[in-house]
Amino acid sequence: MTTVDLRGVTCPTNFVKAKLALEMVDTGAVIEFLLDDGEPVKNVPRSLKAEGHKLLGLKETDGYYVLTLEKGEE
Amino acid sequence: MSDEKKSTAIDLKNLKAGGFIKERGKDLFTVRLRVPGGRLPVGRLKKIAEVAEKYGQGMVHLSVRQSVELININFKDFDAVVAELGEGTQKVASCGARVRVPTACGGCEYNPNGLVDTQKSALEVDEKLFGTPTGHHKFKVGFAGCPFDCPKSATNDVGFQGAIWPVLEQDDCIGCGLCAKSCTEGAIAMDDAKRPVFTGDNCLYCGDCVKVCPTEAWKTEKKGYTVRIGGKWGRRPLVGTLFAEFLPEDRVVDFITAVLDWYKEKAEGEGRIRLGDVIRAEGAAALLGHLRERFPGFVVDATIPPQAIATQIGKER
Ligand code: SF4
Ligand code: SF4
Ligand code: SF4
Repeated sequence: MTTVDLRGVTCPTNFVKAKLALEMVDTGAVIEFLLDDGEPVKNVPRSLKAEGHKLLGLKETDGYYVLTLEKGEE
Repeated sequence: MSDEKKSTAIDLKNLKAGGFIKERGKDLFTVRLRVPGGRLPVGRLKKIAEVAEKYGQGMVHLSVRQSVELININFKDFDAVVAELGEGTQKVASCGARVRVPTACGGCEYNPNGLVDTQKSALEVDEKLFGTPTGHHKFKVGFAGCPFDCPKSATNDVGFQGAIWPVLEQDDCIGCGLCAKSCTEGAIAMDDAKRPVFTGDNCLYCGDCVKVCPTEAWKTEKKGYTVRIGGKWGRRPLVGTLFAEFLPEDRVVDFITAVLDWYKEKAEGEGRIRLGDVIRAEGAAALLGHLRERFPGFVVDATIPPQAIATQIGKER
């Protein structure tokens, strides 16, 4: 599974980077994003979901979040 | 602004609803345009620019209530200005004791904070109630899309604020805790089993939980407007107080009409008096009762009269 570390990347650059990473994988692939607490974790999962991807999980680990997501139809 | 100015061949019907404001300079007026909700198609903006160049010496003013004002217009050009703006396309606004052009924030179409369609509400109120004479004083209406309340709705005679009441579908929750973290009002806390627990008394209806939840476990159960009545600004400011909650968007015009009826009746013989001062004289319960009959289920059980902020002017009356 691909893991994309978006820690330290501010909004909305983190969202754009997540979109670019999703372009590299096929529909149905599962991909993990590491997100900072605060605005990033409030905004990025919601925005990715609005773009048609499926959220599988979101867990807090050591001060950051791991978002697991399945790529939706392009 | 008076209707009975001695004039040359000006069509006085243009002046009837107001919107023409005397300036200092001889024969010069400001012409206030009607821009409900502060949104203007570019075509109209271009037309306004043309007219401002031709008759207004190339300058417009953006009023604090979201209108464009043509300045330095000679009164002899009134008819030409009105005609060139295109009656029915860009109308002139009003002043005087009437329902004014409603203001609104950008609302929910593109702003991620918005909960209701404030632009739609502003257009509807403009279409159905603009210019209605109150018989007493000006009457302002404003719409905010959410409790951030950028347009400061409580300083209007009737101010609306988008609101939602959230409900949790426990089965869809993955226990991430984001909703509890996002709720700045302390209305959501996570229990030991990582389930969100809702304390409705603390909820401010902002909808952040619904927006932040990655699985849509929080849903919107009720949506509408929080309504504050009796606000005004100016020499003796009043902050409007809470009269209704979750008023459906399609009841807004009826609601304002009911408030106007009460105002017209209760201010009879009082001259130039704003709604907030009438409520202070009559007591908030009188208006609450009037509204509750017509809007049961939305009007709050109790409220207080519009509040003067003594520190604004240093003394209260
Ligand atoms: S009141 Fe809310 S919806 Fe309206 S502009 Fe402000 S934040 Fe956006
Ligand atoms: S609507 Fe706002 S205040 Fe109410 S529970 Fe949700 S986040 Fe908290
Ligand atoms: S944000 Fe949604 S998924 Fe996360 S704990 Fe709250 S209700 Fe559950």
